[in-house]
Amino acid sequence: MLRNFLDRIKPQFEKDGKLHFLHSTFEAFESFLYVPDKVTVSGSHVRDALDMKRTMITVVVALLPCFLFGIYNTGYMHFAALGQTCEFWPAFWFGCTKVLPMLIVSYVVGLGIEFVFAQIRGHEVNEGFLVSGFLIPLICPPDVPLWMIAVATAFAVIIGKEVFGGTGMNIWNPALLARAFLFFAYPSQMSGDAVWVADAVSGPTALAAMSSHTGNLPTASELFWGFIPGSVGETSKFCILLGAAILLWSGIGSFRIMFSAVAGGVVMAWIGRLTGSTDATVMQHLLSGGFLFGAVFMATDPVTSAQTNCGKWIFGFLVGLMAVLIRIYNPAYQEGMMLAILLMNTFAPLIDYLVVNRNVNRRRKRLQAVRSQVENA
Amino acid sequence: MEKIIKLRKGLDIKIEGVPDHSLNAPTVAYRKYAVKPVDFYGMQPKLSVAEGDRVLAGSPLFYDKKNSKITVSSPVSGVVTEIVYGERRVIREIRIEADEKIEYKSFEPLKPEDFTEENVKERLLEAGLWAYIRQRPYDIPANPDSRPRSIHISAFDTAPLAPDLDIVVHGQENFFQAGIDALKKLTDGKLYLGVHRTKTASNVYNECKNVEICVFDGVHPCGNVGIQIHHTQPINKGETVWYVHPQDVVIMGRLLLKGVYDATKIVSVGGSEALHTGYHKILAGLNVQYLLKDNLKESELEPRVVSGNVLTGTSIGVSGYLGAYDHGISVIPEGKRFRFMGWMTPGINLYSYSRTFFAWLFRQRRYRIDTNLNGGERAFVLTGQFEKVLPMDIYPMQLLKACLAEDIEKMEDLGIYEVSPEDFALCEYIDASKTEIQQIIRKGLELVRKEVD
Repeated sequence: MLRNFLDRIKPQFEKDGKLHFLHSTFEAFESFLYVPDKVTVSGSHVRDALDMKRTMITVVVALLPCFLFGIYNTGYMHFAALGQTCEFWPAFWFGCTKVLPMLIVSYVVGLGIEFVFAQIRGHEVNEGFLVSGFLIPLICPPDVPLWMIAVATAFAVIIGKEVFGGTGMNIWNPALLARAFLFFAYPSQMSGDAVWVADAVSGPTALAAMSSHTGNLPTASELFWGFIPGSVGETSKFCILLGAAILLWSGIGSFRIMFSAVAGGVVMAWIGRLTGSTDATVMQHLLSGGFLFGAVFMATDPVTSAQTNCGKWIFGFLVGLMAVLIRIYNPAYQEGMMLAILLMNTFAPLIDYLVVNRNVNRRRKRLQAVRSQVENA
Repeated sequence: MEKIIKLRKGLDIKIEGVPDHSLNAPTVAYRKYAVKPVDFYGMQPKLSVAEGDRVLAGSPLFYDKKNSKITVSSPVSGVVTEIVYGERRVIREIRIEADEKIEYKSFEPLKPEDFTEENVKERLLEAGLWAYIRQRPYDIPANPDSRPRSIHISAFDTAPLAPDLDIVVHGQENFFQAGIDALKKLTDGKLYLGVHRTKTASNVYNECKNVEICVFDGVHPCGNVGIQIHHTQPINKGETVWYVHPQDVVIMGRLLLKGVYDATKIVSVGGSEALHTGYHKILAGLNVQYLLKDNLKESELEPRVVSGNVLTGTSIGVSGYLGAYDHGISVIPEGKRFRFMGWMTPGINLYSYSRTFFAWLFRQRRYRIDTNLNGGERAFVLTGQFEKVLPMDIYPMQLLKACLAEDIEKMEDLGIYEVSPEDFALCEYIDASKTEIQQIIRKGLELVRKEVD
């Protein structure tokens, strides 16, 4: 029935139809409902069942545990701060009222801009924003005003993505760019609420405070399960690991980046501990703040990370290293992960260039060897 | 035990309809044949016959405008019934109605000990078999005035639904060896024969003399000659290597020993839409109607008949003709249908190399894969996917982007001479952005050929 309806209105959006100027929009909605009936014309006659929509949805599914827990934790923290104990559902409901509007604002603003640009360019709408738009509420503190999310999202999509040519061409991770925009544009508003500190309880500030009165130290288990204040999605390390498992098992996420980012963090935290620059243990560094969330979901963005396999190892390692380095040695920025990833995004093309150049040189050397052989003979 | 080259990257697509090992002899007289000049990529065909002409098996049908020595002959004797032109007067098909009993044009037979470069070349050229020797880079018929650095033959085909090359040379060891001996005269370098550690069991290959046997182990595209060249002796700028299909080696051997162009070959019929898969002993260029008569499953849409394998072959329709370089046909369902909410269904019937569909729960299953594109064209987003299925020391994404940018120097640096479209077929298959990758590589190669040669 739905199919019949689509088939009936479709001609209006095709060439010479009176609604042709909206064809990208129609295509986006139609392909949302149905995988198109397009068949292969040239090249390989069969194609893998995986397409961009399925890829992006898989990432969203991997983010769901973090999202759902984030909603619950928002409510839980709210009532805990008021000194009340609370059942599961009221807390979850309260979280929904806080987090769902953030998600809706981010999607409406971001997708709206994507649709407009796709329309202007005559492209089909790319699915990349499904993930970016889902990430934005997850990396913001739950009390951030909705209009700020709207402005930050618009900034990230237009300046971060569309000016570079759209999906696949951007240099920086759009979601992180939105976060960075908020962080630098509205530092005072970001740290207004009593419960929700600017970067929530992230990294060294919390850890430093805790180490002074050992009684209230959040245990490794609290950090791991996530009943601590923080940005919506980043608190529960368990849910993040669940998401990582989904990404790795389905073959979408890069284990190279995840693994080496953690390795880089461990190395730097260990150095910091040896030199006495930080009181936190290596484990606390890994489990606190947005470190794991960034390593699993943000650093692995295929467009803005390094593209070569070898480059991914280097990229991930440096992200982890930088994140902890910033945390330890720069008290102005408590959370290093965001800046570390954005910084490495900037350097990713350079890393790739160096990696690919090794391959190029190998080939040139081989050619020279053959040529000199011929000359000698 | 010689060194085994083990290739870990690649993918065997679990598609239904692998040809079973039955060999069927013709029950009716096959009459309709065609030679398709468009199959000989890189040639500029000029006709030597006209409609109504009588030809023998081995008489030339057309020649290459750039090098008139290269001709292509009729596989059967009979009458040229029709010459089919395509857009811009491209000669698509030269159709021939075959005689009941094939008459052969006779050439002087040679003894293996008398093979020299001159007489082998001359015989292959005059019988119209030269074009079956192809060269890398560029994937075009070899130039008879040059000597290649080396010659490569892959003795196994790992492509989905591809014929088992042990079967196609069964009982032809004399001819195969003669063909090898003859080809050996054409190069100063080595003649490599790539065999598979487990799949190649035939003594035709394993006990072949006068060749350098290379043992490979791995999944598709390990059987692609391009991958094998890359791992034995990669092509450098300025070098040329030749390659031949084993079945064409047999036909060449037959020509040299018996003095006739006997185009008998064994082709496979595979795919989920064929009732009976298996092998057929036929002559080259046969109309596939004979192979598909009473052999198609019933369905609303006409299935897609592919000459060659489903990754690189040509769609020919149910009444088309077998391609010149193809040794099998695959029949798969046409995928003209909508799939509701494809992004969220569990998808237990959908095959994917990734584990994003729940089909991964069923390890042993094979899938009825159709021709649906399974998505719309998008920008390149995912990375590291092509690397999983391209067992070469090449950065596929970077090379593709160089091809798109038409940056010849960069293409050379990244190894354009070592690749051909078929090596990238699996990349095209798995690409979630549904880009025409083989075409990008083909255009890149074409540009280099124009500018550099």
